[in-house]
Amino acid sequence: MMMKTTKTLWHRARQGLAALGMVVGAQAAMAVNDLAGGPAKNQLDLHPPVTRIASDVQDLHYIMLIICAGIFIAVFGVMFYSIIKHRKSVGHKSANFHESVAVEIAWTIVPFAIVVVMGLMATKTVVAMKDTTNADITIKTTGYQWKWGYDYLKGEGEGIGFLSTLDVAHRQMSDAGKPAGDNYLLKVDNPLVVPVNKKIRIITTANDVIHSWMVPAFAVKQDAIPGFVRDTWFRAEKTGDFYGQCVELCGKEHAYMPIHVKVLSAEDYSKWVDGKKKEMAAKADDPKKVWALDALAARGEKVYNANCAVCHKPDGKGGGPIKPIDGAPVVNDADKTKQIMVLLNGQNNGAMPSWKALSDTEIAAVVTFTKNHWSNKTGQIVQPADVVALRK
Amino acid sequence: MSAVLDHHGSHDHDHDHHDHGPLHGWRRWVFATNHKDIGTMYLLFAFTMLMIGGILALCIRAELFQPGLQFFNPELFNSFTTMHGLIMVFGAIMPAFVGFANWMIPLQIGASDMAFARMNNFSFWLMIPAAIMLAGSFFMPGGAPAAGWTLYAPLTLQMGPSMDAGIFAMHILGASSIMGSINIIVTILNMRAPGMTLMKMPLFAWTWLITAYLLIAVMPVLAGAITMTLTDRHFGTSFFTPAGGGDPVMYQHIFWFFGHPEVYIMILPAFGIVSAIVPAFARKRLFGYTSMVYATASIAILSFIVWAHHMYATGMPVTGQLFFMYATMLIAVPTGVKIFNWIATMWRGSMTFETPMLWAVGFIFVFTIGGFTGLICAMAPIDMQLQDTYYVVAHFHYVLVAGSLYALFAGVYYWGPKWTGVMYSETRGKIHFWGSLIAFNVTFFPMHFLGLAGMPRRYADYPMQFADFNAIASVGAFAFGFMQVYFFVFVVIPMMRGQGEKAPQKPWEGAEGLEWEVPSPAPFHTFENPPKLDATATRVIG
Repeated sequence: MMMKTTKTLWHRARQGLAALGMVVGAQAAMAVNDLAGGPAKNQLDLHPPVTRIASDVQDLHYIMLIICAGIFIAVFGVMFYSIIKHRKSVGHKSANFHESVAVEIAWTIVPFAIVVVMGLMATKTVVAMKDTTNADITIKTTGYQWKWGYDYLKGEGEGIGFLSTLDVAHRQMSDAGKPAGDNYLLKVDNPLVVPVNKKIRIITTANDVIHSWMVPAFAVKQDAIPGFVRDTWFRAEKTGDFYGQCVELCGKEHAYMPIHVKVLSAEDYSKWVDGKKKEMAAKADDPKKVWALDALAARGEKVYNANCAVCHKPDGKGGGPIKPIDGAPVVNDADKTKQIMVLLNGQNNGAMPSWKALSDTEIAAVVTFTKNHWSNKTGQIVQPADVVALRK
Repeated sequence: MSAVLDHHGSHDHDHDHHDHGPLHGWRRWVFATNHKDIGTMYLLFAFTMLMIGGILALCIRAELFQPGLQFFNPELFNSFTTMHGLIMVFGAIMPAFVGFANWMIPLQIGASDMAFARMNNFSFWLMIPAAIMLAGSFFMPGGAPAAGWTLYAPLTLQMGPSMDAGIFAMHILGASSIMGSINIIVTILNMRAPGMTLMKMPLFAWTWLITAYLLIAVMPVLAGAITMTLTDRHFGTSFFTPAGGGDPVMYQHIFWFFGHPEVYIMILPAFGIVSAIVPAFARKRLFGYTSMVYATASIAILSFIVWAHHMYATGMPVTGQLFFMYATMLIAVPTGVKIFNWIATMWRGSMTFETPMLWAVGFIFVFTIGGFTGLICAMAPIDMQLQDTYYVVAHFHYVLVAGSLYALFAGVYYWGPKWTGVMYSETRGKIHFWGSLIAFNVTFFPMHFLGLAGMPRRYADYPMQFADFNAIASVGAFAFGFMQVYFFVFVVIPMMRGQGEKAPQKPWEGAEGLEWEVPSPAPFHTFENPPKLDATATRVIG
């Protein structure tokens, strides 16, 4: 009888273990490799440094680890020795001492000396991190809910500006609970491009709430604060792709605004600058142009997917606190200005942010698109000139 | 639980004198003015909030078990992290220590009760509406606040009406804390038994005295910060709105001027509990009592000049960065003194390892790991890599769970027999300890690696390279949660029901202090007349 119960229990335990094994197996089934310049699978340490500062930080961290481990072993060596030897069960009688000024002074002075040494070691790096002077290229980084904007202010590439958004397919994989790919949640449409071995000064600011721009391989992290500018810098010593993410809680899509920095050789960078400038010139829209409905709606679909689909979803239905666009009264309203004003000024206390950073043509295009897509069949067309008229 | 009901007062000579036994039924608790009853209510309240906060933590860990969104949308996830933090800090850890203060301080200093008995009642009952408002904010339109427990502006300005409820709840909790602190300070300074000089006072009373001053100093600062948030939200001010000339970083300075002393508010009383337990089970007086008092005071003073180490990434000037780095590292010195004193107390003692001692030693061991990671985070250049990553999450759970919560458990096992009159089951206590210790480290140790690899905190979804450590952490978190349910069902409830071996007046051979001079369970009224104490102020001699 007893045997049987034991056997059943054992059987049950084995079943339980098998179930656990399946869960662990499912975990293993999501095969993923190291991402060069991004996180490695089960990475245990800081990212391999790509800047001088990052390698200083890594060295500092190793030194701190060694010092702390040394103190830890010494202190707890004593404690566990005492726990083993000075116990009542082995017949140890307690001693009677309970005070010693000399000992107290010693173990105040020695740790004090150790932290002074630690502080001095770090000082040089702090000063170096803060020295943003003599930059070769200055780039303004603006945090938006939930994307990054880059504007090349000074140096080679001056005048270039673009937004950098998470690939919408990754956002959908996340919602579906089906993540895939080594660069899951790190793939953006337009990476920040910089040349190798040049001092890049990053000026951060934000449009709405505080964001934070981080690239671990460069040991760079700088909050982007609305209404204020802050700066940081890096000089990448290797070409390649490097990844980071927003690290200051900025609302619901906080996990979905990655950073991708592409470091190119000087020649490749010059080529990229040329190409980008031509592309921008070609794209620069004349706000006086009068568009046909189909062409403008097609342009609007691109704008929608790059900016709106994250929250309002590709099907325009929104979800949760996000209002639908499909069938929305303001979109189907005969008065076209209503929807344009929402885009320009935002709505609901910033829950729907202002999109005035988009060009007149982009706003006109996306309004036209939403007015004539899904079940919205207004037939209305909003020309860029309409937007210009409403901008103040 | 608590005091026995057969109160005895020889009041036959004084018939006008009212019977001071407990009221019966609900009146006993609603109208409670007895420090033991109020202490009991504080502890049960704190445990309830610990369970609510724990459920939120498990929701977080369930979502993070695998990459991809499985259970919750990101907005709700942010509400979970926010409310988990607020509930654990303001609902669980702080009230639990106030519960200990209520129960133990009058007993330890030979006072008959807390100085302001009715205010004591008020400060407890204020917490109930506040807690309901806080926890109930999940059911308000727009959901619970989702701006992180630090409530950084301007994100708070985007929150729905629950943010206002949250601010109101924090105001009430702050008022409750301030009243509790005034009560504790006045009790300690005015109601000590003759002969109980300040420098003979048990360290738990000392650490609480200092903590109470910290609370009075910083709770109004928090109130100021959240009031400004409230007026920014509704009355058109722009303290933190850049569009109107406000400064979002100013919020962080004000918040952390409260927030850093706050973390010492949550750890200093824990030091006091451990300082009572280690000597008791080492059967040897606490080593360096005087230096312990000075170390506690230094930590408290230093805690006011280190706040901006939470803000290295905001972009401070280099001098600011250096000042806050040096000041922060200095805190390691008095904290180290405390650890050394505890170990010197154990050294050449005659130790036994009943459950309270296990928790206390576990505290010293695991808390110190949190101390070391704190030192690493204090180094501004390294913190540039670690700020707002899971490394920080690991760090503060090592000091708040393995620190404050472990000490609270140590205290429950140590003084529980005095409260209830019965011994807990040693086997169950040990299961609780070892289970929690292992589960805790399985949960939080891998987070150091996630942080070093750059996984940001407050993320509902993450790159797949982080998957395995997150899965391990989630398994550990559920095990840890399970151990606390075990604790309540198999340790707390039996003790409250009086099931178990009857506790002697002094269940611990080496324990010292006036609380062991009264019977177990402690009668409803103790030290109604000031006791006469011996020279060490640890024994009643008449």
